[in-house]
Amino acid sequence: MTLSLLALAALGAFHGINPAMGWLFAVARGLQERSRRALLLSLPPIAAGHLASVGVVAALVTATRSVVATRWVAIGGGALLVGFGLWRALSRRHFRWAGMRLSLPELAGWSFLMSSAHGAGLMLLPVLATAPVPAAGHDGHAVAHVGGDALAGLVAAGLHTLAMFVVAGVVAVVVYQVAGLRILRTAWFNLDRLWAGVLITAGLLTIATA
Amino acid sequence: MALWRPDPSFYASPRDAAGAPPETLAYVAAFDRSATRPDAIAVLDTDPESGSFGQVVGWTDLPYTGDELHHFGWNACSSALCPTAPHPHVERRYLIVPGLRSSRVYVLDTKDDPRAPAVTKVLQPEELATRAGYSRPHTVHCGPDGIYLSALGGAAGDGPGGIAVLDHTTFDVRGAWEADRGPQYLAYDFWWHLTQDVLVTSEWGTPSMIEDGIVPELLLGRQYGHALHFWDLRRRRHVQRVDLGDQYQMPLELRPAHDPTRQYGFVGVVVSVADLSASVWVWHRSGDEWAVTKVIDIPAEPADPALLPPALQPFGAVPPLVTDIDLSVDDRWLYVSCWGTGELKRYDVSDPFHPVEAGSVHLGGIVRRTPHPSFPDERLAGGPQMVEVSRDGRRVYVTNSLYGAWDDQFYPDGVGAWQALLHSSGDGLTLDDRYFPHGDDFRGLRVHQTRLQGGDASSDSYCFP
Repeated sequence: MTLSLLALAALGAFHGINPAMGWLFAVARGLQERSRRALLLSLPPIAAGHLASVGVVAALVTATRSVVATRWVAIGGGALLVGFGLWRALSRRHFRWAGMRLSLPELAGWSFLMSSAHGAGLMLLPVLATAPVPAAGHDGHAVAHVGGDALAGLVAAGLHTLAMFVVAGVVAVVVYQVAGLRILRTAWFNLDRLWAGVLITAGLLTIATA
Repeated sequence: MALWRPDPSFYASPRDAAGAPPETLAYVAAFDRSATRPDAIAVLDTDPESGSFGQVVGWTDLPYTGDELHHFGWNACSSALCPTAPHPHVERRYLIVPGLRSSRVYVLDTKDDPRAPAVTKVLQPEELATRAGYSRPHTVHCGPDGIYLSALGGAAGDGPGGIAVLDHTTFDVRGAWEADRGPQYLAYDFWWHLTQDVLVTSEWGTPSMIEDGIVPELLLGRQYGHALHFWDLRRRRHVQRVDLGDQYQMPLELRPAHDPTRQYGFVGVVVSVADLSASVWVWHRSGDEWAVTKVIDIPAEPADPALLPPALQPFGAVPPLVTDIDLSVDDRWLYVSCWGTGELKRYDVSDPFHPVEAGSVHLGGIVRRTPHPSFPDERLAGGPQMVEVSRDGRRVYVTNSLYGAWDDQFYPDGVGAWQALLHSSGDGLTLDDRYFPHGDDFRGLRVHQTRLQGGDASSDSYCFP
């Protein structure tokens, strides 16, 4: 399980470092208000939205695993991942959100939609689907475990989000205080394409090891 | 294909954009008034080190006739860095070029041969009409979530005009932008305060009010547009109409502050029917409301009626006719075109409520006909009209045609065709002797708007201060 937890945290860091996942929005709000406080206050709602998006997938997968054979969850999930990854790679549509003046709850909503549209939760699927079943799932008792397993899924999502939150926060503060936004011009690789590649690879691995 | 790194012509803030390298090419919309030959985009060499500096070095002829190219814009710009939906790996490579008279919209690809952009897509008028309900497309802005295109006319009748949204990858018309237009009916220009979710629109007239020239009865009856509209950019709803007073006919070009923390901007008014003066106003917040304040007044100049076109003879004066304004990216200089008197004025607008005139250059004019210093014997028609300022704020390009039917009214013996380059610095505003494409250089076409390679002062919006 340690390896899985590490993988979940690493994926969290990957999400956190992506400007599109929220830290850039936090920096924009900080700059607009000329206040680091505005930046810092933006981070929890962004993380909460991300947690909600990832948590839905994590809870669903772990709960499903309790009642369906693990192998089929893995294969089905893997195929879903490959498909979603291909769509991300080939689709030229961008996530759209027209507003900049958001309340904190709206910011969490934005983050939820942004994470969901990019398949952030799906990216955790290989880890969630192939990790050892947390509790012994005796026949006939499986349903009783569903609640507990879903909770385990949420814990996984929480760990992932914590990593995302810390990395996004550090990057946002460093860009705001030290580096400046010029860094975007050189350092902002096309993470969307990398993102699609990660989704496809993760899906194929999940199927292969199922 | 998406890029691996952000497009190098995108800048997060206006401060960064002001440090952009100088443009080496300029694109100019050129149209055939007789509508018998195709309109074209002319490509000008703006690199002072080049042997062809100031010359037309390329043409893209369009496949139809009668379009009347007017304003155009880039498919993508610095707003792609905006944090709500960032996608900076798109490319600034397509020019979106509307035909104001035909309602066709062309998509031109500048990437493979920047000196001869290729027509890659033509949107026919029916697509704009059926999908968005509009005609007579006018202003193009690269928005964070699509390409916004204003239109003067409705699909069937005269109005209302409004804004259509185009998909920023397929260029298909997605639909009308407005969810609720309130009392807005007349359309012309639009721009926004992106970080404030505010959109502003101005008013000219419907197609029947403009296409056969200015209609004196409508002008004296104060029927042309005289209000600004403020919108909720996010919810696409009309918020407030601010009337300038009906003697102030035709508030046209909108130039919001580039600094995204500020909420003000300038609008030029073509003419006051009270005294033929022109004016510039600043819009700003006043409590929870929007307000406009007149900050520049430019009086008409008395003239011998014998020297005036018939439309102006009863007045014995030349109106300045402020038909375009442009604001430098650092929000310091406002350039004001006086197309009637033939003058480009520069104002220091560091304090937007108290502009200070800081430079003026005469070229052409209804009566003056000031020649360019490099061709002192050639009396010029038209005047500085569309103004475009380079991102670094040092170079200012002007072209001389306003709009086919209106050119003919104010310059009945021919408006000609010319573009001039001015250098702007703390010391003043001076014409470049080496840069003056004119006359046959433009193959008999009239020249309207200029766009600079990599962006200019009226193409990009920024989400970071």
